[in-house]
Amino acid sequence: MIAPVLEVDGVDVSFSGRTVLDGVSFEIRRGEFTGLIGSNGVGKTTLLRVILELHRPDRGHVRVLGESLSGGGRSLGYVPQKVLLDPDIPMRARDLVALGLDARRYGFGRRTKAQRELVDKMLDDVDAASFADARVGTLSGGEQQRVLIAHALISGPELLLLDEPLANLDPRSVQEIVALLHRVASDNEVAVLLSAHEMNALLPVMDRIVYLTQGRAASGTTDEVVRPEVLSKLYGHHVDVLKLHGRVLVVAEPGAEAPDVPDHPPVTVT
Amino acid sequence: MHFLFEPGFFSSGPVRTAAVIGGLTAIVSAVVGTFTVVRSQSFAGHALTDVATTGGSGAFLLGLSPLTGFIAGGVIGGGAMEMIGVERARSRDVATGIVLGAATGLSALFLYLDATRSASTGATQQILFGSIFTIDSSTVPTIVVLSAATLLVLGVIHRPLLLSSVSAELAAARGISLRVVGLLFMLALAVAVGLSSISIGSILSTALLIGPAATALRVTRSLRAAMVAACLLGVSTTWLGILLAYDSVSWDPSSQGLPVSFFIVAIVFLLYLASGLSFVRGLSGRRGGGRPALGAVPAKDKDASPLGAAV
Repeated sequence: MIAPVLEVDGVDVSFSGRTVLDGVSFEIRRGEFTGLIGSNGVGKTTLLRVILELHRPDRGHVRVLGESLSGGGRSLGYVPQKVLLDPDIPMRARDLVALGLDARRYGFGRRTKAQRELVDKMLDDVDAASFADARVGTLSGGEQQRVLIAHALISGPELLLLDEPLANLDPRSVQEIVALLHRVASDNEVAVLLSAHEMNALLPVMDRIVYLTQGRAASGTTDEVVRPEVLSKLYGHHVDVLKLHGRVLVVAEPGAEAPDVPDHPPVTVT
Repeated sequence: MHFLFEPGFFSSGPVRTAAVIGGLTAIVSAVVGTFTVVRSQSFAGHALTDVATTGGSGAFLLGLSPLTGFIAGGVIGGGAMEMIGVERARSRDVATGIVLGAATGLSALFLYLDATRSASTGATQQILFGSIFTIDSSTVPTIVVLSAATLLVLGVIHRPLLLSSVSAELAAARGISLRVVGLLFMLALAVAVGLSSISIGSILSTALLIGPAATALRVTRSLRAAMVAACLLGVSTTWLGILLAYDSVSWDPSSQGLPVSFFIVAIVFLLYLASGLSFVRGLSGRRGGGRPALGAVPAKDKDASPLGAAV
């Protein structure tokens, strides 16, 4: 049997006594597009940092392609939530993408023609060719996302992690980035794990959802997970799932404390 | 040409030594300075100058060469700052401030002792403001080796250093050791500060480190171009400063000439101001298309060079 691309098994994380992740387990298979859904502060970034081995969990382990990851060179690509790129630094989009190829390499040596062509192809793939020579810091949020995705993908990873790539984008850019990610991921046969606090934009492309709340996770297809029984158990109190016009709303019952229902501020249904 | 190059300029031994040392210093400072600006570590660079002052004044007290003191002070201080400060910008800032304060206090003591024991104020002047014309030519080989080693180390780590400078998070996610890269860079920074301390003085060395690099970053489109431009700016500024200081003896025959450091720092400052002018910035084409902006630099550079000034 082929090992899953990513295996998260019983991961516990706490910060100074406060439990952030509590026995989180799930798997991602080759080429799957997975949404890591949860509201702000439920530990999505922490989970991604554990997967990247930037944070050591108190218990549990993470395997990438059946092995524990060391370094995160080839098999993982990562797009962090906030990269503040200074407009005063003359780093062009193409420079940043090229660094995705060889930033770990010590030593001299110019890039080969094949490498430069790969950079061009990658920029083309994410529709960034038109601003390839602009300073990255002067680009819009959506444009920077494209460049960072190209930077993460150029080393040919099996798994691409993205931390809230849709936050702070206007609705049109959200749709563009989601479509682009879906296309690029299936073209390159890369599995995607994307964190978001809003699942609706991802519904058309998600193969799998990992729903995170109060430190616990439920995973499966959207139909398996986004159901009142499953989510109520996860939240520890009753929630309803409304499907309207192809959108999903998770709604807490009146009076229930639901501090972290994603998608929207707590809604009271009367 | 007589009005520009005073008689004896090219045949003077001290001038030649100064030109070689100044040129090397400018190149190392420009390359290190470009990374320093990109990494937003100008403050660390400045703090290192204070630590270098401590080293230099301490060396003077012990009868060692100032260069030994500047470099030793910088390496120890830089290492301390990097070890205390973790990767977070704030604690790095605080660590820098703490080391800076302690070092400056020691400098006050050492400079006081230097002045009282040698019964002259020469030491203070030499350490703080440099004395490029009095450097013994026997130190040239040491300076060549230090410069080459620093450039070599930076060359070897340039890709990991660059990504970690642009985004520590992206670098860490790729498995780059921020600590190793940061420490090696801090050592390079310490050497650069040490070299410019003997040329233009410890407290002025920040000017040569940051000035040409910051100017070049404003008017270029890629880091490679910025580094080349910073080297050209730094070297021509330093040489022009040496020339003007040499000539300044004849402006006022009763004086011994004005300090080189003043001229270098003044030119660095003026160039930085000029690079802020909108028409110069426009040449750099902040967004795609257009020709590479490096073309803007040689033109300006020519004006700053001795030959350009003679026309």
